[in-house]
Amino acid sequence: MPILTLTLFLPLAGALVLLFLPREDADRIRRVTLGFSLATFAASLLILPQFEFGRREIQLIEQAAWIPAVGVQYKVGVDGLSLVLALLTTLLTVLSVLYSFRETHRVKEYNLLFLLLETGMLGVFFALDFFLFYVFWELTLVPMYFLIGIWGGPRREYAAIKFFLYTLVGSLAMLLGILLLYFHLPPGQRTFDVLEIIRQRPLAGTGLLAQLAFWGFFLSFAIKVPMWPFHTWLPDAHVEAPTAGSVILAAVLLKLGTYGFVRFSLPLFPEVFRQHALLIATLAVIGVIYGALVAMAQTDLKKLVAYSSVNHMGYVMLAVAAAAYAYGRPELADAAATALNGATMEMLAHGIITGALFLVVGVIYDDRTHTRGVDDFGGLWAVLPKYGAVSITAMFASLGLPGLMGFVAEFLIFVGSFSIIPVFTALAALGVVITAAFFLWTIQRIFLGPTNPRWANLPDLDRREAWTLFPLVVLMIVFGVYPKPLLDIINLTSSQLVAMLR
Amino acid sequence: MNWADLRWLVPELVLAAAAVALVGADLLVPADRKRWLGGVALASLVAAGAACAVLLTDLGGLGAPGVRVFADTYTVDAFAVYFKLVALAAVALVALVSLDYFPGRTPHLGEVFSLLLFAGVGLLLMASASDLILLLLSIEFVSLSSYLLAGFLKRDPKSNEAGVKYFLYGAATTGVMAYGFSLLYGLTGSTILYDIAARLERAGPAAFLAVGMALAGFGFKVSMVPFHQWTPDVYEGAPTPITAFLSVGPKAAGFAALVRTLSVGVPLEQVNWPVLLAALSAVTMTVGNLLALLQRNLKRMLAYSSIAHAGYVLIALAAWKSPWALQGLLYYLLAYLFMNLGAFFVAMVAAEGTGSDEIPDHAGLSQRAPWVAAAMVVFMLSLTGIPPTAGFFGKFYLFAAAVDAGLLWLAALAVANSVVSLYYYVGVLRALYLMPPAAPGPIPVSAGLRAGVLGALIGTLAAGVYPQPLVTFMEVARRLLGS
Repeated sequence: MPILTLTLFLPLAGALVLLFLPREDADRIRRVTLGFSLATFAASLLILPQFEFGRREIQLIEQAAWIPAVGVQYKVGVDGLSLVLALLTTLLTVLSVLYSFRETHRVKEYNLLFLLLETGMLGVFFALDFFLFYVFWELTLVPMYFLIGIWGGPRREYAAIKFFLYTLVGSLAMLLGILLLYFHLPPGQRTFDVLEIIRQRPLAGTGLLAQLAFWGFFLSFAIKVPMWPFHTWLPDAHVEAPTAGSVILAAVLLKLGTYGFVRFSLPLFPEVFRQHALLIATLAVIGVIYGALVAMAQTDLKKLVAYSSVNHMGYVMLAVAAAAYAYGRPELADAAATALNGATMEMLAHGIITGALFLVVGVIYDDRTHTRGVDDFGGLWAVLPKYGAVSITAMFASLGLPGLMGFVAEFLIFVGSFSIIPVFTALAALGVVITAAFFLWTIQRIFLGPTNPRWANLPDLDRREAWTLFPLVVLMIVFGVYPKPLLDIINLTSSQLVAMLR
Repeated sequence: MNWADLRWLVPELVLAAAAVALVGADLLVPADRKRWLGGVALASLVAAGAACAVLLTDLGGLGAPGVRVFADTYTVDAFAVYFKLVALAAVALVALVSLDYFPGRTPHLGEVFSLLLFAGVGLLLMASASDLILLLLSIEFVSLSSYLLAGFLKRDPKSNEAGVKYFLYGAATTGVMAYGFSLLYGLTGSTILYDIAARLERAGPAAFLAVGMALAGFGFKVSMVPFHQWTPDVYEGAPTPITAFLSVGPKAAGFAALVRTLSVGVPLEQVNWPVLLAALSAVTMTVGNLLALLQRNLKRMLAYSSIAHAGYVLIALAAWKSPWALQGLLYYLLAYLFMNLGAFFVAMVAAEGTGSDEIPDHAGLSQRAPWVAAAMVVFMLSLTGIPPTAGFFGKFYLFAAAVDAGLLWLAALAVANSVVSLYYYVGVLRALYLMPPAAPGPIPVSAGLRAGVLGALIGTLAAGVYPQPLVTFMEVARRLLGS
C-alpha cells in the first residue's frame, strides 16, 4: 500500500469533498473535516509499522513519472527526520480542526483551507524531487494567506500580505538555487531527484555559483524559520492569525525552514555552509537573545509567545550551524550528531509546546475575555484550575524545565554545540535565563496573586478544549521523561547526515 | 503557382470564408436571431482547428520537418501549427463570451464575429509568414481588424478613444517596421527570410538598425517597452472581450512572427540580438510591474500586467542559446492565454454584477459568485507564478532558460518582479475574499461566460499539473524551427 501517497493526499481529497458540501451545513463540514484529518493522522501512524527502524537512509520510497522530459518525477519517501515532523503535522492539524469547531464565520472555506494546508505541509516533508518539493512549499503559502487575511485580527490584511511577500521572496531565490544545481549536472543526466543531486553535489568547487545557490536556499529557509533579521513578518502573522492558524504556523510552518536547512543545505553545500557557519551562528545567537528580550517586553500574551518562537528557533539554528561547522572534522562527529538530534528534538518540542501555548492564548481570548494583556489578569489559577495547570505546564516546558520536553531538546543542543562552537553556545545559554525570567514573570502576573474580580466567573476548559490541549501536555511530559523512542528515530537521520559530512 | 499548395492554407480559407459569409448574413438575419451568427463563427473556428490537425498529419506527423510553399514565402511546420492552434483557441474562447456580451450593446452582432474571424485569419498568417512583405500584410490584417473591434461600441466614448489611439500608435509603429524591413531588403536583395539569412553577411550598423526598427512593429503587437503606451488606454476602453482577445491573440502571434524573423532571418553571428532583447526584457518587465502597482482599475492593471508578461516572455529570446528558451516561450504563451483570458472573463462577471471595473468595487465577490471567485484565485496565482498552475510552469521554464544561458542577473530581476507582481495580483484576491460584499445577492453568470471561465480554469490547471504532453510538442516545434 502506498502509505505515504495516501497520507499525503487524504487531506486534499477531503478538501475536494468539502467543495461539494452546501456552505450552510456548518456542522457537517466540521465533522467531515475532522474525519479527514483523523484519517490522515491514522494513516501517518500506519507509516510506523512499515518503517525499518534500523535503516538510516530514506525509505518507503514511492515514485512515478511526471514530467520526464525535464527530469521531474513524483517521488516521496521518509527518514527519521521527516517521519517525526509528518506525525507532528497530522496531530496538530487534528487538534487545530477540533479547536476550530467554534469558528462560525465562513466555515466551509476555513476548513477547506486547513485541509489544503495539511497536504502542502506533508508534501514538503515527504518530497524527494526538488520540483515536487517546490510545488508543496508554495502550496503552504496560499491557504495561510487566506487564513490570516479572512479570519485574523484587526490588522489581518497587512499581516497576511506581508507573510506572503516575505516567504515568496525566499521561495523564488531558492528556485534559482535549484535551477543552478540542475544545470550543473552533466547534460543527459539532469534530474530534480533530491537524492541524486545530493549524491553528485553538482556545484561543489564552482566557487561563486555555489555561494549564490547556497544563499538562495538560505534566504528561503531563513525567512521561514525565521532567523533574525528576517523575522519581522512573524510577530504580525502570529498575532493577527486566528488561533488555529497561529498553532499551525508556529508548530509546523516554521519547521519547514529548519527542515530545509537540515535536509538540503547541509548535505548539498557542506563546504559553503561551513565557511559561513559562524556568521549563521551569530545570527542564531542574536535571534535567541533578541527574541527573549523582546518577548519579555511584551504585554500582549500572543505577541510574547510569538517572540519566544524567534528565541527557540534560534536554538535550532545554533545547533544546525554547529553541525555545519563540524564538517570535515571527524573528531567532532559525535558532537555534531548530538547537536542535530537536539535541533530535531527542539523542532518537535517547539511544535508541541508553542502549539499548546497558542491554544492556551486562544482559549482565554477567543470566547472568554477578549483580552490577552498580560497585566489584565491575576490569580487566574484559582478561578480556572484545569486551564491554569495546562498553561503553566506548557510555559514551564517552554522555558526548559527538566522533566519536560523542551529541556531534553535544549540540553542536547547545548551539549552538542558546546564542543564545536563554545563561545556562541555560552552566549545562547543567556537566552535560557531570560526565557525563564519572562515566563515565570508571566505566570506570576496571570495566574498568581490576587484574583482580578472581572474574571471571577469564567468557565474552566470545556471538553473540546480539554481534548485539544491534553494530548499536547501528555506528550510534553512523556517525551520529557522518556525521550528515548523519539530520539532513536531522530538519531537515524542525524547519524546518516554526520556520516555524509565527515 | 501550384494550386495544390492551397491545401496548406485550409484553416485560413475556412475562417476567411466564414468571415465573409457573416458580413452578408448580418444584413439578412433578423435582429433576434443574430446569436446564431456566433454559433457559425464558433463552428468555423472548430473546423479550422481540425484543419490544423490535418495539416500536422499531412506534414507526416509531429516529428516531420515543415514545408515551404508559395516560393518560400509561407512555412507550415510544427511551430506554425502550434501558434495557429493557440490563436484559434484564443479567438474561440473570446467568441464564446462575446455571445452574451455584445447583444444589447450593438445591433451589428455579425460584424463583431466577422471581424474576430478576420483577425483570426491574420493571426494564422502571421504564424507561418516567412517573407517580410507577407509578414507586414498579415500584421496589418490583424491590426486593422483589432482597431475596429477596439472601437466597436460607437456610443461609448472610451471605446472610441481606444480605437483611435490603437490606430495611431499602430500606424506609426508599422511605418517604422516597414522602414526596417526595407533596410533588410536593401542589404540582402530579398524579402524571403531564408534568403536574407544566407545573404546577411557583413553586419554593419545598418543590419542592427534594421533589426531595431523591425522590433518596433513586433514590440507594438506584444506590448514591449517602449512601444507599450497604447496598452492601458486601449485595454480600458475596448469592450472587455476584445481586450481579452488583444491581450493574448496578437501578443502570441507577434511573438511567433518575432521568433521566426529573428531566428530564421537574422543569424546570431551577424547581429547579436539576444543582448538587445535581454535589455528590453529587463526594462519591459520592470516598467510593467511597477506601473501595475498603482492601478485601481482591473482592466488597466491587467494591461500593465500584460506588459510585464511580455517582458518575461522576452527572456526566452534573450536566453536564445538555451534549448529551454523557445520551449519556455511556447509554453508561456499558451499558459498566458488561459490565465489571462480567465482573468478578463472574471472581470466581465464582476463588471456585470457591480457595474464597475474598479478593483475595490469588486469587494466580497467570493460571497456573491463563489465559483467564479475561486477561479480568479487560480488565475491570479497563475499570473504570479505560484504552483501548481500553468503560469508557474511557464515561469519555471523561462527562469531555467535564463539560468542555463548564464543570464543569472536577468533571472534574478524576473524573480524580483514576480514578487512585486504578487502584491497587485493578490490585491484583487483581497477585494474578492477579504473585504465584505458591497451589495448582497448572487451575481448571475451567463452560460457562454461560464463556459469561458471554466475552459480557462481547466486549461490553467491541466497545463500546470500535467505539462508533459505539451512539453513533447514544444520539443518537436523547437527542433524543427528553421530546419
